[in-house]
Amino acid sequence: MSLRTPLGQVRGLGAAKDGTQHWWLQRLTAIALVPLTIWFVISLLQVFGMSRPQVAQWIRSPSTAAPMALFLVAAFWHLKLGLQVVIEDYVHHEGWKFGLIVAMNLLVVAFAGTGLISIFLLAMRS
Amino acid sequence: MAQPTARNRPLSPHLQVYRPQITSVLSILHRIAGVALGLGAIWLVAWLYLAAKGGASFDTLRAFNSSWLGVLLLLGFAFALYYHLCNGLRHLAWDAGYGFDLKTTTLSGWTVVIAAVVLTVLSAVAAFATSGMFR
Repeated sequence: MSLRTPLGQVRGLGAAKDGTQHWWLQRLTAIALVPLTIWFVISLLQVFGMSRPQVAQWIRSPSTAAPMALFLVAAFWHLKLGLQVVIEDYVHHEGWKFGLIVAMNLLVVAFAGTGLISIFLLAMRS
Repeated sequence: MAQPTARNRPLSPHLQVYRPQITSVLSILHRIAGVALGLGAIWLVAWLYLAAKGGASFDTLRAFNSSWLGVLLLLGFAFALYYHLCNGLRHLAWDAGYGFDLKTTTLSGWTVVIAAVVLTVLSAVAAFATSGMFR
């Protein structure tokens, strides 16, 4: 006989109230970030010190704008998942933990969104 | 009824009594590098934002990037990125079930450290030699 409620048995998520999705997404974004990071490092080494028109010229190409946007999405997603675990590990007060995770999620989305819109504007303007 | 948790039992782990080991040091370094890269990501977004915004603010950031503090931070972020990338691959190998015995773990750990240092030095050399960086 199981002590779990029927609903808990159906969900099958256990005491953590969450399945393997967090773990799996962290690995998925990690795998995506391997080629994207190699592209990012090689590209940035060439353009990081350049002037604004040169940077704009570089980002205007879809072969730059697309991987850069993908890199931002994968990196910030991976960051969100990682920071959540860090907060869960070190912040023991339930209220603070909840508040920090909410704030962290909002900040990550804000920065990722700002980065994506900046890439878009740089790519669209000539 | 007696409270089962009333006794003050010792809590584990006592991190301070352990001698630092390659496995534990690299584990926490992976996390520290990850958090540091979060700040690096904000720097990257600032760079993209100011490039899109235009004006003198981009040149201010560009000047900071080539200052001694900027270069020092860039080297730090480069090392954090290379270390997190290499050690991340080590983690993915573990997830796939490989490299768990102590000898392999120690070897892969030192390989990751050396690879991260070498890649950081190579990047610094490449940045000085090519591109418009630090000019």
